[in-house]
Amino acid sequence: MTLPIFIIIPLATAFLISLVGRKKDFWGPLLAVAATVAVFVLSLITFFQLGTGIRVYEMGGWKMPFGIALVLDAFGAFMLVIVSLIALTSLLFSFRYIAHLGPDWKYYALFMILVSGMNGVLITGDLFNLFVFTEIAFFAAFPLVAYGGRAHEFEAAFKYTVMASVSSSLILLAIAVVYSATSTLTMAHISVAMAGVRPGLKIWIGALFLAGYGLKAAIIPFHAWLPDAHSSAPAPISAMLSGVLIKALGIYALVRIFFNVLGAPQLFLQAFLVMGAVSLLLGVFLAVGQWDLKRLLAYHSISQVGYILLGIGLNTSLGMAGAVFHLLNHALFKSLLFYNAGAIEMGLGTRDLRKMGNITRLMPITAHSSMVASLAISGIPPFNGFFSKLLIIIAAVNAHQPVYALVAVVGSLLTLSSFMKVQRYGIRGENPVERLQSRPGWGMQAAMIILAVLCILTSLLIVPGIKESVLDPVVAAVMNKTGYAAAVLGGRQ
Amino acid sequence: MIIYLLCFALFLIGLYGLITKRDLIKIILASGIMGYAVNLMIVLFGYRRGAVYPILEKGKEAAIMVDPLPQALVLTSIVIELGTTAMLVALAIRLFNKYKTFDITKIRRLRG
Repeated sequence: MTLPIFIIIPLATAFLISLVGRKKDFWGPLLAVAATVAVFVLSLITFFQLGTGIRVYEMGGWKMPFGIALVLDAFGAFMLVIVSLIALTSLLFSFRYIAHLGPDWKYYALFMILVSGMNGVLITGDLFNLFVFTEIAFFAAFPLVAYGGRAHEFEAAFKYTVMASVSSSLILLAIAVVYSATSTLTMAHISVAMAGVRPGLKIWIGALFLAGYGLKAAIIPFHAWLPDAHSSAPAPISAMLSGVLIKALGIYALVRIFFNVLGAPQLFLQAFLVMGAVSLLLGVFLAVGQWDLKRLLAYHSISQVGYILLGIGLNTSLGMAGAVFHLLNHALFKSLLFYNAGAIEMGLGTRDLRKMGNITRLMPITAHSSMVASLAISGIPPFNGFFSKLLIIIAAVNAHQPVYALVAVVGSLLTLSSFMKVQRYGIRGENPVERLQSRPGWGMQAAMIILAVLCILTSLLIVPGIKESVLDPVVAAVMNKTGYAAAVLGGRQ
Repeated sequence: MIIYLLCFALFLIGLYGLITKRDLIKIILASGIMGYAVNLMIVLFGYRRGAVYPILEKGKEAAIMVDPLPQALVLTSIVIELGTTAMLVALAIRLFNKYKTFDITKIRRLRG
């Protein structure tokens, strides 16, 4: 199976929807779901076939230093599975939710462009191509944030676009410096040529990439845009943005560039640790004070990305396993929480925790699944969030960084307290709400149930036997820093 | 060297405008200036002193050529810039319809 299929399917669907979607309403959702199911199944098959291997495809038959290469390894395939899984549930959730916002074929077309942009980022092996696919994904994300058409949504989308243009300029500058230093844009070749680059220039390159992709991942000094953009978007898009976009375009790109291309320089690993710890604490502090449910969740995204960054910065196999595991878990429970918030907003017409009430009786599935997600994000034992946080904390202790372990524990406790607030005031609030404005449809309920079940099932990834076949290849792909270049160049040259 | 520094200064001017200006249109222009500076930088990186354009012709001696790849990259990046600017202008128009102003201190429904 050739790699470009992961870009072709969603991209072709996007244009097909804009051709046929405006005639009949059902074509948009139907085509989008069919394409996403296909990509999900293909990515799952590819992930298990791939194992620790690597797959290279040269576009148009041009050999590697001249043409653009697509490269897929275990880390990329793992991310592909996450992206298509969350996209699938997000589409299920969208049927009912988007129908009340307006004509919906545009929504599904943009949604598929968003998916193809993210898939492109995950399978590309070329630095400039990575930048172009990042832009494609963001171009779809701007109008989706403003999709509701209310004043504050345009405001959030404007901020988001300005932020993205700044970060793209920084990334482009970094790519220009890399090209002038190494005269190539293929990541594997850069990785080899990087050895001969002056250390001072390496720091410039790293700093520019860290600022550019840090802005996209909303790590703390660069976070100001995230709460607005993620809370203003429609709920399924918030789930896509918080669940996968900041990871595919931010964390994935950071890890790929810093580990596989720049060879994990010590200075930037330290920066990862410090920024991760600060994001983790400050994000959760800002979240506790919020009364707007979606804004609270958006601040938690900053905090949870801090956890992932902390695990990455430790630079040990265990820390990386925790980070990768937490990446999957956060995609699951944060998307679920955004679906809950969307269902509540549709039913009660409010996102303010102080105005909610009676949700357990009126919307039992929403209430129960939000309980599962709250427990998972706060790290309570049977749920997945506990195990990934535990891995990160143990890794921090093993790496003789007890301070960061303590930060992770404190962050987890504060997360618990803020979700107790959500449950106490919001889901089990005392306002006498008697009737729902509109009931959640079957698609919305199905999306919530699927993710709630997965929140428990993915705990199994920690079991010995299963961990070896799922998490370990991913960790090996990232931690084997020079192996990436060797595998790409050795495979087909 | 001075030419690279001037280019970087242009980038910083764009960043300064983006951070300090309070008018939507000026913010859009500042982001454009930033983009120009980066594009200029990329073309400069491909420049070789005394080199010719990178096309092989019959009867022309093969001489030192400027690097053609940065020029191709710049084309792509200009198109992306154009898209971003169009998106920003479209959003600014919609914001003006809602608030009847371009001043971002008066467009403040969202709070950090």
